[in-house]
Amino acid sequence: MNRLAVQLPGLSLKNPVMPASGCFGFGREYAKLYDLNVLGAIMIKATTLEPRFGNPTPRVAETPSGMLNAIGLQNPGLEKVMEEELPWLAQYDVPIIANVAGSTMEDYVEVAKHISKVPNVHALELNISCPNVKKGGIAFGTVPEVAAELTKLVKEVSEVPVYVKLSPNVTNIVEMAKAIEAAGADGLTMINTLLGMRIDVKTAEPILANRTGGLSGPAIKPIAIRMIYEVSQAVSIPIIGMGGIQSAEDVIEFFYAGASAVAVGTANFIDPFVCPNIIAELPALLDELGFDHISECTGRSWKKGGPTVYCGA
Amino acid sequence: MKTEKMTIVHHERIAKNIYQIRLAGALVAEMNEPGQFVHIKVTEQANPLLRRPLSLCDINKEAGECTIIYRAEGAGTTLLAKKRPGEMVDVLGPLGNGFPIEAAKTGERALLVGGGIGVPPLYELAKQLVKKGVSVTVVLGFQTKDVVFYEQKFAEFGETYVATVDGSYGTKGFVTNAIDDRAISFDVLYACGPKPMLKALEQKFPDKDAYLSLEERMGCGIGACFACVCRVPNSETAYKKVCSDGPVFKAGEVVL
Repeated sequence: MNRLAVQLPGLSLKNPVMPASGCFGFGREYAKLYDLNVLGAIMIKATTLEPRFGNPTPRVAETPSGMLNAIGLQNPGLEKVMEEELPWLAQYDVPIIANVAGSTMEDYVEVAKHISKVPNVHALELNISCPNVKKGGIAFGTVPEVAAELTKLVKEVSEVPVYVKLSPNVTNIVEMAKAIEAAGADGLTMINTLLGMRIDVKTAEPILANRTGGLSGPAIKPIAIRMIYEVSQAVSIPIIGMGGIQSAEDVIEFFYAGASAVAVGTANFIDPFVCPNIIAELPALLDELGFDHISECTGRSWKKGGPTVYCGA
Repeated sequence: MKTEKMTIVHHERIAKNIYQIRLAGALVAEMNEPGQFVHIKVTEQANPLLRRPLSLCDINKEAGECTIIYRAEGAGTTLLAKKRPGEMVDVLGPLGNGFPIEAAKTGERALLVGGGIGVPPLYELAKQLVKKGVSVTVVLGFQTKDVVFYEQKFAEFGETYVATVDGSYGTKGFVTNAIDDRAISFDVLYACGPKPMLKALEQKFPDKDAYLSLEERMGCGIGACFACVCRVPNSETAYKKVCSDGPVFKAGEVVL
């Protein structure tokens, strides 16, 4: 038995750990460091209809136990991603989750329609939560009716299951999740970054050229845990959890909150080997915690019977 | 490119807030090009979170050691400055593409221009150029006298001139003023420093074979995060990544 294998809509994963969108490019850089076949899946960088340069630099700023980024969805555009990046990734036996972004609903629909036809794309991740672009992105992720409408339109054209990436920059994330579920989403991914800002003490200028950026890293983990805990109890579609994961223990915590798989983002920048390391460490941690299979951990913090008793050495 | 816990074998302050650290480890065997950098995690804790990109100043393959010079300024480098010999630091590298030694032929003259904390990578460059039989002239720019470093070390390789912005040492003004003060003739230009300095050099020597090393805030250091991109001339969407396509670019290759 593969104790880490997880089945989700469209995704048959050998393990539940995948790099998060925007933190792994299209895999080429990390492929120089390790065999990408070890990964459960890969969430590729957000793809838009046309190529985008993104925002001016500086695009990153460090914060206590975290970082702000304002890349601005830089990507080579749908055509190049379909002609160059996805075929290159097809050499690996790893399902691809294509992150889809746009400025208008039509953009999203167009990208989804085409990219979902590529054989190694097993699911889409609708990026309605990027805080760093002026049009689109987060605008679609903060009004439930708009998010639901977009989900519906993309579902109509997509050949593969559609996951919607939720923004934490909302008053009521449960309401948002329910609206998206009702619109037909197959799953949720959460959370995207939190809108933040830093100002240079010497110059009084914002450090990021974009002024504001998305906060990620360990600093946001408790927020992600809380939101997954709330949302997983309110919806019946699966959740891929993300937000500051750095270790196998973090993965288990996300599962306990209600996630069925996880994505690792910012930690890839600090330790490029973090994904394979976490995957290698998970079985021993399951032993220590007394689980046969990782799926037993999902929702453990709120399911009947309460949390498991820690019985490690 | 690998990660390794390297051992600090020497660590000293060589000017105001400027530190020289020597690291030992197997990674040194992979270090070849002057201008390449390493990405250092100064703590195992989550704060400060990111690695620090620091350029290689000296590669000593026989000893299995490399030297890095950095300015203790932010949270990460300030913490690094407190590390003692015997302690370890987590190093990812070597990263990026360095200065092309082959651009200067034996018997030619190279002009090396460094600004502030852009000076260190020029040391390994000077060493390798001189070894090849290329003559070097060095011009170093600093803010003030108390942050000047390595003037004597560079002088061992060739004529070395210093400029300080406030005039407290050497020529008053910028590196370009120090260059103007003397009629320096050269075949190839190598430079590392802040963007305005690189821009001034690019404009001053439009017809010269010039290689410029850029500084930029980085995330991953390996080309995955798109934090350190710069534009390519005459294109709306074309870009280069400073970390993995650079940090050294031929003059004109990217928009400064």
